[in-house]
Amino acid sequence: MNEEISPTQNRRDFLKTTAVVAGMTVAPGVLLYGVSRAHHADGAVTSDVRWGMLIDTTKCSEGCDKCVSACATEHGLTEDVRPDIAAQWIRKVGVRDKQTGKEYSLPLLCQHCEHPPCVDVCPTGASFKRADGIVLVDKHICIGCRYCMMACPYKARSFIHETLENQKPYSPRGKGTVESCTLCVHRVDNEQQPACVEACNKVGHKAMLFGDLKDPNSDISKKLKEVRSTALRPDLRLNPGVRYQGL
Amino acid sequence: MKVHVKLSTLGKLCLGLMLSLAVSADEPQTDARTFIPNPPKAKENFSPTQKCIEPVDIMRSNHGEFLKHHRDDTMHRGVRTIKYSLVACINCHVTKSADGNYPSIKKGSEHFCRSCHTYAAVSIDCFQCHASKPIEPFSR
Repeated sequence: MNEEISPTQNRRDFLKTTAVVAGMTVAPGVLLYGVSRAHHADGAVTSDVRWGMLIDTTKCSEGCDKCVSACATEHGLTEDVRPDIAAQWIRKVGVRDKQTGKEYSLPLLCQHCEHPPCVDVCPTGASFKRADGIVLVDKHICIGCRYCMMACPYKARSFIHETLENQKPYSPRGKGTVESCTLCVHRVDNEQQPACVEACNKVGHKAMLFGDLKDPNSDISKKLKEVRSTALRPDLRLNPGVRYQGL
Repeated sequence: MKVHVKLSTLGKLCLGLMLSLAVSADEPQTDARTFIPNPPKAKENFSPTQKCIEPVDIMRSNHGEFLKHHRDDTMHRGVRTIKYSLVACINCHVTKSADGNYPSIKKGSEHFCRSCHTYAAVSIDCFQCHASKPIEPFSR
């Protein structure tokens, strides 16, 4: 009997010690991995992060459109042939409370929903959500049907009607496809902030806060815990990555 | 009747021979007119031992595959490595021509991509959306 029990105890001890050793050896690895958890070892993005934005409407100035112009410069959104149909990835929207007459001004961009209706309706799979929550259009697959434009409750998407020239290397755009805010994915992948957020901070308004919603220690998560914020059209339950404060 | 047929065939043969002679007489001229791809040299070698990211013959036959694979990785998975990236290709391979400007992708044969693609009569749609020349200062 003793002979039968002792191997079991040994196995238990063995498991205990291996667990301790494994824990010790894994710990530094985990710490190292934690620093760059936004990316897999091969450079692919992971769902360990979810990029989001908090827009403080009380800080957003009515006459200012620095975020809009920064976006246009960053992505080359100028339309020479027909300026009235130029793409709008971000625009300033004025809201007025009918009861009190109080007016707000806020930037409206792709809300990068957790359950994006544009992705639901896309017939080709061109509209998709990246692992880190950024909603994009793969223009290689987009057939320009504009179904996503109809599905989006925020009117965040634009269709390109004219032939474009001199596109930016990091922001390819072309006729016959639908496009919208990419949350400056080329910058985010290089650990930079989106152009609009940078521009807003530069003018000193600091109305836009960008960061990882899944990281409890990020500035945006801390602030979201602190202040009362809301999603636009929360009744649709799309859980947008962009939230608004002071509405 | 038989003789008549034979004569006519002979006539056709003669005509064919004359035509082929005429064509062969024109051949040196056609050669001079035929465009031979002469892509401009890249800005730098990938390494002291290797000119491009893969051996040149592999690049010539497979660059389309490499680009297509990488484009999906970048677009959907956010992989932004330089190897096989179209932007990196353009940054290194598209060089300024004698007049100090980057060659056009739409006209002529000076543009690196266009020089071979015109010769092979393979249309490239990449540059309807993508930048065909390096832009400085580069934002990244």
